[in-house]
Amino acid sequence: MNLRDTLTLSCQTVVSYRTRSLLIVLAIALGVAAVVVLTALGEGARRYVVGQFSSLGTNLVIVLPGRAETSGGFPGAALGQTPRDLTLDDARFISHLPQVKRYAPLNVGVAELSAGGKLREVTVLGSTVELLPIRHMKLSQGSFLAPGSERSAQIVLGSVLAHEFFPDGKVIGQRIRLGDSRFLVSGVLAVQGESMGFNSDEIAIIPVDYAQELFNTNTLFRILVEARSRNDIEPAKAAIAHALKLRHDGEEDVTVITQDAILATFDRILRALTLGVAGIAAISLAVAGILVMNVMLVAVAQRTSEIGLLKALGAPAADIRRLFFAEALWLSLAGGAIGYALGNLGAWGIRLAYPTLPAWPPVWASVAGVATALITGILASLLPAARAARLDPVLALSGK
Amino acid sequence: MIRLNAITRVFRMGDQEVRALNGVSLDIASGEYVSIMGPSGSGKSTLLNVVGLLDRPDSGRYELDGSDVTDLSETERARVRREKIGFVFQSFHLVPRLTAAENIELPLMLEGIAPAERKSRVDAALDAFDLKDRARHRPAELSGGQRQRVAIARATILRPTALLADEPTGNLDHRIGAEVMALLEGLHHAGTTLIVVTHDRELGARAHRHIAMRDGEIVGDEK
Ligand SMILES: Nc1ncnc2c1ncn2[C@@H]1O[C@H](COP(=O)(O)OP(=O)(O)OP(=O)(O)O)[C@@H](O)[C@H]1O
Ligand SMILES: [Mg+2]
Repeated sequence: MNLRDTLTLSCQTVVSYRTRSLLIVLAIALGVAAVVVLTALGEGARRYVVGQFSSLGTNLVIVLPGRAETSGGFPGAALGQTPRDLTLDDARFISHLPQVKRYAPLNVGVAELSAGGKLREVTVLGSTVELLPIRHMKLSQGSFLAPGSERSAQIVLGSVLAHEFFPDGKVIGQRIRLGDSRFLVSGVLAVQGESMGFNSDEIAIIPVDYAQELFNTNTLFRILVEARSRNDIEPAKAAIAHALKLRHDGEEDVTVITQDAILATFDRILRALTLGVAGIAAISLAVAGILVMNVMLVAVAQRTSEIGLLKALGAPAADIRRLFFAEALWLSLAGGAIGYALGNLGAWGIRLAYPTLPAWPPVWASVAGVATALITGILASLLPAARAARLDPVLALSGK
Repeated sequence: MIRLNAITRVFRMGDQEVRALNGVSLDIASGEYVSIMGPSGSGKSTLLNVVGLLDRPDSGRYELDGSDVTDLSETERARVRREKIGFVFQSFHLVPRLTAAENIELPLMLEGIAPAERKSRVDAALDAFDLKDRARHRPAELSGGQRQRVAIARATILRPTALLADEPTGNLDHRIGAEVMALLEGLHHAGTTLIVVTHDRELGARAHRHIAMRDGEIVGDEK
């Protein structure tokens, strides 16, 4: 019997045992769909996190006050010392390190913004002109803070704030009150949306020394540093830690983290997670494979006399083996295809429900899911097919 | 031409031995019409299975159309069955999922004949066996006589040299059985060797040669 007839005949068989076939196809499809959906979720989470981090800036090194690793307080705590704060001088000091391309000190606080009778509380960032390139922020209008000594009482507004306070669109050059001081609007941030739980459309940015004055402090919340290159990230981290230790009388009272390290960790964890859920889903495919094997064995038993007939008509063992084999192939092919479609439908549903989560199933997972379905189906049919081909025709015909 | 020489077929059930065929020697020329009769368990079906290459004898030689087929491999035996032997069974053995036409088409498919030729040959067979208006019916929708006609059409579609029928009328009433026998005899007239196992004396008597069996041996052979 040639290939086409084998496929046609076995397809006919699959179709005519409707309930049985539907059950198997469903079992396989659910397994494949699970692989596709779960990996889409895992991959989506990974991409989401990676995207959030990249939006923070590239080659980013972040300096924050205090030691994060020590569980029992700061090293100096036992001696009654409080950890030293991070200051603008610290920031200027590390800017001279060769691995540092640029830096931006950062102060954060909340203050009341008011203009034209409107009033609301906003998150205020105090920084310098370098914040813009380091944080990959863009302006939609005007200019950012003036550099160095030219800085004055300028304010850059998030897009939402600009719209709220100046609905007529005339923003640049307008006066606005922040706390007790007056500022001149120099620029408006481009719409960026939320990133890392922080909505940059609703912030105001002012020069760092104004911010320190506003919040009555001389410390910094963070120093954002951009290393010269990817390879300079780790040296920069070490150099900054070393330099600040020297400046702080040998105390390691700052924490230097690199976005790359965090990102790599998240990336690794989420990749492992994706692989893990894919593996779990694949187990359900193996279960489906056992189901296929069982059903095929039952089919061989049910169709014993038919197999005997085929042998009496002169079908060689190979033909009979191929017929059962093709039957399993159809079932797993249908299961794989339907599962793939279902899985993509599911991933689409997830993306629809959570637009921020890029839940696209990775290609490798779809391929692996469908391939696993095919392979388990085929493997599961080997034994039943061989058993059918081995049947003694006389016994088979008599239904024994 | 069929030539059996001292064929023995022994079945072992635990420590019990059944000599279903006990040194059977038999020559059947091409185009003969032979009936095989005998009590239940005398070895008639076993003999037919050996002749049809469905079963292997434990000893003895079997020569079919001049060549020794005793020691053929399973695949070669399948080919010989396909090309030279047609089986007709008491219980029809139609594939329930397939229509009458598709059942008849099966041997053509196994032989690897192209679809266009298959169709014309199946149409011709449906015509010849008066099944034209039943072509698209499944076995469950056919009467016993129609089912056996489909089975005979299927058995003869590849024009075998020998047609082996094991109680072909066993599941049919007398009148329909006679019709089926007439059909088989028509094929014999067209040149096919016809071997019929039957319990029906009347039907058995219509053959041109009568073989009687008892306890795995041929005890009578008359023309
Ligand atoms: N597969 C088998 N295993 C064991 N014994 C068998 C087997 N097939 C046939 N026999 C035995 O061989 C003997 C001959 O069987 P066979 O089927 O050839 O008889 P028969 O003449 O066709 O009988 P019936 O008229 O009832 O069909 C019987 O005793 C039967 O029990
Ligand atoms: Mg019998």
